[in-house]
Amino acid sequence: MIAPRQRRDALMSRGLQLGFLLALILLWYFATASGRINPVLLPNPLTVWHNLVQVLRSGEYWPDLQVTLSEIAVAFAISCVNGLLLGYLISRSQYLIAVFEPLLAGIYSIPMILFLPLFVLFFGLGSWSKIALGAVISFFPIALNTIAGFGYVDRILIRSARSMGASNAQLLRYVLLPAALPVVLTGLRIGFTVTVLAVFGSETIASFAGLGHRIAQLADAMETARMFAYIAFAVVIAAVLNALMAVVESRARRQ
Amino acid sequence: MATAREVAIRIKDVSHQFGEPGDMRFARALQQTSLDIMRGEMICLIGPSGCGKSTLLNAIGGLMRPTAGTVEVGGKPMRGPLPREIAFVFQESALFPWCTVIENVELGMVFQGVARGERADRARKSLEAVGLKEFMSHYPDQLSGGMRQRAALARALSLQTGILLMDEPFGALDEQTRMILGEDLSVLLARAAKTIVFVTHSLGEAVFLADRVAVFSARPGTVKAIIEVDEPHPRKPAFVTTDKFAQLRNKLYGLLHDEIRKAAELAVAAEPAP
Repeated sequence: MIAPRQRRDALMSRGLQLGFLLALILLWYFATASGRINPVLLPNPLTVWHNLVQVLRSGEYWPDLQVTLSEIAVAFAISCVNGLLLGYLISRSQYLIAVFEPLLAGIYSIPMILFLPLFVLFFGLGSWSKIALGAVISFFPIALNTIAGFGYVDRILIRSARSMGASNAQLLRYVLLPAALPVVLTGLRIGFTVTVLAVFGSETIASFAGLGHRIAQLADAMETARMFAYIAFAVVIAAVLNALMAVVESRARRQ
Repeated sequence: MATAREVAIRIKDVSHQFGEPGDMRFARALQQTSLDIMRGEMICLIGPSGCGKSTLLNAIGGLMRPTAGTVEVGGKPMRGPLPREIAFVFQESALFPWCTVIENVELGMVFQGVARGERADRARKSLEAVGLKEFMSHYPDQLSGGMRQRAALARALSLQTGILLMDEPFGALDEQTRMILGEDLSVLLARAAKTIVFVTHSLGEAVFLADRVAVFSARPGTVKAIIEVDEPHPRKPAFVTTDKFAQLRNKLYGLLHDEIRKAAELAVAAEPAP
């Protein structure tokens, strides 16, 4: 139960957050409405809004959205399978953990987007270079959290289950899985966020299609109002995807 | 107590070492330990830290194999956990934090292979016995340390094994909670008629609970002396105030003191040079 006072405080902070965003947009509006800022550099928010409505009405975003979403989906699916499988296998041996955990953590700290040119060389300018980059980047947080989840289950819980006669399958189902789940889920969520970032980022840098590609193209053509409209659209898409992921995660946690 | 009783657990010349000689972590935990534990008795193992009492308990429970020697349970050599005959209560309550108290108790029976219909009933009864009837739907982290150990005890009791191994079950609790749990345990176990091996650091706890107290020497540990406590179960709280209790406790203290000194000196000697 949340006390009424706490609820009021929560409402207050939500209101403040909203007010802050509103103030930013107002500031944006008045700065551009005065005409002293070049509209090519920073268009008026109303112009952006009209462009956004146009983009949504015409449905011209659809082919790019499809490309981006399928890249994210395929990349995330690949890194889930690889990360969960390899992470679990590594977690089965203290020796393998000692070898691979620092190694993976070290590689993860490299800004992988630097390898995009290499991925483009290998896989071309099409979707596959984005998928490869997304799958490689998100593999690390998923694998590392899977190792942490399964590798550091409290030994006393395992001993206790064994003493009561738990078989290997029972140990996995009733002890290892529930113990590892929160940490693994966190890894999946981070992995997903990273996939979305990698796909959008690499589309913006070098690609044939996708929302990122469209945004870069509009910037090149100096159609800044349209570009802002697409950015706003991409932000909403990313927010929706993360919200969906959060729902899936909280469902899994409750079980 | 009765004389010609059956041996429940026979420990014969058990030695155990961790690692190989020359290893950094090499340690001889147990040396040539022999002990017969009778059916239905409550025996306490007491000794300085690192003397191998917990190691011995794990060997009895089949959670590890000693380097040398044999452990027989019910006349058969030990090869691995015997969940139908032996239940454990560990120092940290080894309850699963994602299960409620009653789910924890039932899960033990799932592992042990008890039929579904029987589980809930047995779980409820054992939780009632330890006084946790009102807390069956709580999660372990909503309970106090003492209540968690009661839940762990309920789980062990619900398994209906002949043997109960307790590894410093009250070690992490404060003195008062310990005292109450000890009294309740004495009542419970007098009713349950189990063979119990109880590892403890507390002299008072050992004398209060045990039929026999086995005193271990410093590492590598072995049974140095056995003290009988001839007092019927369930033990009354007033037993603590009697001369008999004080004498037994002092005798134990005398036996232990030298060993604890020796263990402390060993620990200092083992410390790496700065």
